[in-house]
Amino acid sequence: MNLKGTRITVHDMSLRDGMHPKRHQITIEQMQSIAQGMDAAGVPLIEVTHGDGLGGASVNYGFPAASDEEYLRAVIPLMKQAKVSALLLPGIGTVDHLRMAADCGVTTIRVATHCTEADVSEQHISLGRKMGLDTVGFLMMAHMIEPQQLVEQALLMESYGANCLYATDSAGYMLPDDVTARIGLLREKLKPETEIGFHGHHNLSMGISNSLAAIEAGARRIDCACGGMGAGAGNTPMEVFIAVCNRMGIETGVDLFKISDVAEDLVTPILDFPVRIDRNSLTLGYAGVYSSFLLFAKRAEAKYGVSAREILLELGRRKMVGGQEDMIEDAAITMARERGIQAKTAA
Amino acid sequence: MSKIKCAIIGPGNIGTDLLYKLRRSTLLEPVWMVGVDPTSEGLARARELGLKTTDKGVDGLVPHVKADGVQIAFDATSAYVHKDNSDKLNALGVMMIDLTPAAIGPYCVPPINLKAHAGKREMNVNMVTCGGQATIPMVYAVSRVQKVKYAEIVATVASKSVGPGTRKNIDEFTRTTSGAVASVGGADVGKAIIVINPAEPPLIMRDTIHCLTAEAPKQKEIEASVRDMLAEVQKYVPGYRLKNGPVFDGLRVTTYMEVEGLGDFLPKYAGNLDIMTAAATRTAEMFAEEMMSGRLQLEPAA
Repeated sequence: MNLKGTRITVHDMSLRDGMHPKRHQITIEQMQSIAQGMDAAGVPLIEVTHGDGLGGASVNYGFPAASDEEYLRAVIPLMKQAKVSALLLPGIGTVDHLRMAADCGVTTIRVATHCTEADVSEQHISLGRKMGLDTVGFLMMAHMIEPQQLVEQALLMESYGANCLYATDSAGYMLPDDVTARIGLLREKLKPETEIGFHGHHNLSMGISNSLAAIEAGARRIDCACGGMGAGAGNTPMEVFIAVCNRMGIETGVDLFKISDVAEDLVTPILDFPVRIDRNSLTLGYAGVYSSFLLFAKRAEAKYGVSAREILLELGRRKMVGGQEDMIEDAAITMARERGIQAKTAA
Repeated sequence: MSKIKCAIIGPGNIGTDLLYKLRRSTLLEPVWMVGVDPTSEGLARARELGLKTTDKGVDGLVPHVKADGVQIAFDATSAYVHKDNSDKLNALGVMMIDLTPAAIGPYCVPPINLKAHAGKREMNVNMVTCGGQATIPMVYAVSRVQKVKYAEIVATVASKSVGPGTRKNIDEFTRTTSGAVASVGGADVGKAIIVINPAEPPLIMRDTIHCLTAEAPKQKEIEASVRDMLAEVQKYVPGYRLKNGPVFDGLRVTTYMEVEGLGDFLPKYAGNLDIMTAAATRTAEMFAEEMMSGRLQLEPAA
């Protein structure tokens, strides 16, 4: 694989996807110090939002330590070179949230839908573009459909005004060939000026390999997270990816030693548990289940006595999509009842 | 005694499903189907079922309202044209049941406030959203027992049951439902989330209702209240089922619902659409009872 001289943009997820393993409890001060570290390391784009996007503060996904607006207003003014993005899932967040984020100074809005439902994003993408934002269409759980179908959905988002389209491996299920097929076809069918991006999860340890496959197939934006942050077993690990890019001559503009210090000194100390591949995050990648279901399944295991792995497999069997966190407790209760397990009394 | 005559505006999926339900009603008789497209399948279907039809919109219906004795109209078109439709028909003394997200009249969720609306002779009531009809009764089931500081609903619907109108303006669903979860459901603050799932075969509508109570939840009373409410909704949506819960977890009270439709015109998985047409039918029947008893006489708007 010769990618020498290829320039790419790495987009950091530590402060958005990384909110999942932190149960959205990253403090303002932690956000500020991690973002400043990344800014100094040369990370060009940093996402700051509730793990489930703008407006994600809820019983269903978890109430965060601070509001989206508080986080954005705290981080953005401190950035010397890095730009800040926000994520929005239509159905959870609305154009009101988008306007708020733009007012806070985000330069990029990423509008995320399940990979087959791009047409719910029209009002958000067209507004983002109208406001002059870098507007990204983010097609989640992209492993669930064939490359041709993914292209059809991406074309819709492009037609609404998205200037960058992502194939998002929310479950960390894809293998490099799956990435090549999807990114390759997106590159072929979308306008040449439309950027292509890839968002990986490390559940099968494929974060780096998949990201390289994506670059080879034409992607120029790659999502990563410092210190193994991110839902499931984390996103593509930033510092490792930068090291690999350096070795291969892929230009990221990020300083390897500085970013590995951010990972080691700022991110690792705030983790509540090591974000890594264990039997449950492995199950996400193996069965193709939305990565942020992980902690919910573990909590349901503790409360209802059905193993998280079995709950995750059941959710995969039922073809649950991103956002259906409510169905985790529902599935656990049903499974416990069918097995005659007495639920532990509520904590 | 003769039935109360009704017109349906909008011969699409919702309008046609409504037509099937009205034909079964002992109180209501659908007589007009109003569309804008002469080649509409929905209009043709209505004609086959013996209704008068027009492809000239509400203006095509207006000259016939008096002669045909139309007293109730259902609007299953879009928020953009609803006010115009409602004004024209209200002026002739026709009461309007609004299935669009326009919401110019008060929200109506039958087991909670239908009686109050009928008593107040409202000329326009709005049926909120599908997610609202499926969840607000359960918010109310908790809030009538004790104070609910926050209620949040998650409606998950089959991709095939979500039409282009909803998709183009999904924020309207979120906003309208959140508002009604608070104002009709009785929570201090409301939030609504909608998830669209493309699984095949299509999943039956699922709804999760989380309430955060101010004080420790009164479990026995809430359980009884939820059971009673379930029975109330089942009177017009037999496929409204409590799958799990109420779950009590600290101050959180969660009920997990499933809504299976009757499968009249729309498939059974589309419980989200069925509960709208069923609630609208239920609403019209309540107004019809009031009209037939003479307690309610609708008069042309001044």
